[in-house]
Amino acid sequence: MDNSLTPRSNDLGLTAAAKANAPIESQEAKSFGKQLQGFWVTFITMFKKVNTVQYPEVKEPTAERFHGRHQLNRYDDGLEKCIGCELCAWACPADAILVEGESNTEEERFSPGERYGKVYQINYLRCVFCGLCIEACPTRALTMTNEYELADESRAKLIFEKEDLLAPLKSGMLQPPHPMAPGTTHIDYYRGDIKGGANG
Amino acid sequence: MTNSQIIATDPGWIILVKGLLIFVVCVLATLMSVWGERRLVARMQQRLGPNRVGPFGLIQSLADGVKLALKEDLIPKAADRIVFVIAPIISATTCFMSFAVIPLSGKVNLFGHETVMQLTDIPVGVLYVLAIASVGVYGIVLAGWSSGSTYPLLGGLRSSAQVISYEVAMGLSLVAVFIYSGSMSTGEIVAAQNQWWFCVTLFPSFVIYAISMVGETNRAPFDLAEAEGELVGGFHTEYSSLKFALFFLAEYVNIVAVSALATTLFLGGYHALPGLGFTESWLGGWFTVIWFLAKVVFFFFIFVWLRGTLPRLRYDQFMKFGWKVLIPFSLIWILIVATLRVLSQQGAPRAVVIGFSFGIVLLVLAGSSLFESSKKRREREDAIGIVSAPSFPVPAIPGKITRNRTEQLNG
Repeated sequence: MDNSLTPRSNDLGLTAAAKANAPIESQEAKSFGKQLQGFWVTFITMFKKVNTVQYPEVKEPTAERFHGRHQLNRYDDGLEKCIGCELCAWACPADAILVEGESNTEEERFSPGERYGKVYQINYLRCVFCGLCIEACPTRALTMTNEYELADESRAKLIFEKEDLLAPLKSGMLQPPHPMAPGTTHIDYYRGDIKGGANG
Repeated sequence: MTNSQIIATDPGWIILVKGLLIFVVCVLATLMSVWGERRLVARMQQRLGPNRVGPFGLIQSLADGVKLALKEDLIPKAADRIVFVIAPIISATTCFMSFAVIPLSGKVNLFGHETVMQLTDIPVGVLYVLAIASVGVYGIVLAGWSSGSTYPLLGGLRSSAQVISYEVAMGLSLVAVFIYSGSMSTGEIVAAQNQWWFCVTLFPSFVIYAISMVGETNRAPFDLAEAEGELVGGFHTEYSSLKFALFFLAEYVNIVAVSALATTLFLGGYHALPGLGFTESWLGGWFTVIWFLAKVVFFFFIFVWLRGTLPRLRYDQFMKFGWKVLIPFSLIWILIVATLRVLSQQGAPRAVVIGFSFGIVLLVLAGSSLFESSKKRREREDAIGIVSAPSFPVPAIPGKITRNRTEQLNG
């Protein structure tokens, strides 16, 4: 079995270290001809393709798992996944997240189960986009998008509220509050058995 | 008719127009060269450079200039207020003045008046340029001193030392030109190059001038005066707003000025490239201006290329290069040129001239081979020194058991 903890070689890299111990070449200036090669390098670079991206007009896609703005996800019928547990807020090293939970009632249900996040704020002036909140989330309610254009002109505008963070309603989703699908419990939701349009 | 005779017939208003034109051309050249430099250096680093303001970013430097002018103008408390204000004015005015003696074109028709695009042609034109450049140093020294701050003072001292020592090499490199053209007037030096450009016949002088003009203008790789890592901004650290803009302007006008002087003295001035002499009469003679500008742009490209390629020199290396290499080399070269000139003027037989040149070449070859062999011998001696083991205890290197270590293990 391939155990990744086994070192690849037995000598713990000592051979490589011995090789690296080979005498350093004299650090004297190279010959004049060698020095002139630098001029050729800069000259030929002028005719190479430039790497610049014309940013506001041209937008290159980010890396697939780029840490961008957060998103609060929903189940397929529109109920929120967030249960207001505050684990994300506790995990946050920058203290950027504020969560206040509230109990769901039968008349006003935002998420399956007992509790939901009533207040959910992320302060993007503090957030360091480390992703520890995403690791902490027990229901996969909090994930990150690839959106990186978060600049704004006031401090207040950079504190994102729950409405700003919630994922948009897709077709078949119903704006909460609404009851759970008939005959189901929060466990069915958690397992992903609930399909869209259950109530609509 | 020589240039000075043509200029002597200029009425007063033509002189005014010429002065104004020179000023406008210099300021425009500065704006264009700042933009051109940034674009070129960017391409050398696989970037695009400023391309937002105006077509191709052409107005970028104008926008920067306006921004600079609108900034708050600070004068530090410790500064000597009067000198602090005068210093940038000295820098900015002197750099324009050297253009007065540069012939920008051949005979042209300016508002119905036959003249040359040269403000004045004095018999000691090149000396005048050197003198003006020396006055320009005052701007730098005074700026550094009057700021009342350490870094500007060091920067000012550095750059004045630099400009003064490279001016010696520059002046010496010009002596060969004076000997061959028999004149110090820029107009006559250009006229003397209608057959062979001095950059061909006096190639070593050209090389020395080209190196020293980079030192003279405080440009990379000789930009020690504003070595950001060591001296913040050099002599203009404490300057802001328009006063800083004046220094900026002076730097770039200086680059254009030394390039223009190099063009005049070594690249045949406003003359066309060899074989393209017929173009000089195009546009009623105005096409010569294009030739002149093309040569200046060529020098400017060299400036940018140097900046894009070479790292900054260390101060002592730089001074050593100026005093111990450039100046002795140009002194020897002047001796050779003067001897050749005297030999040919006094009608010495061709065999003597050729024999003399051949002897010089042999001497140089012998000298350089002696130098090389002594260098190699020194290297060999040094190499023997490296191999001997250190007398002090050293930690064992992993994977390699040293002699000392074995001895320790064994006993």
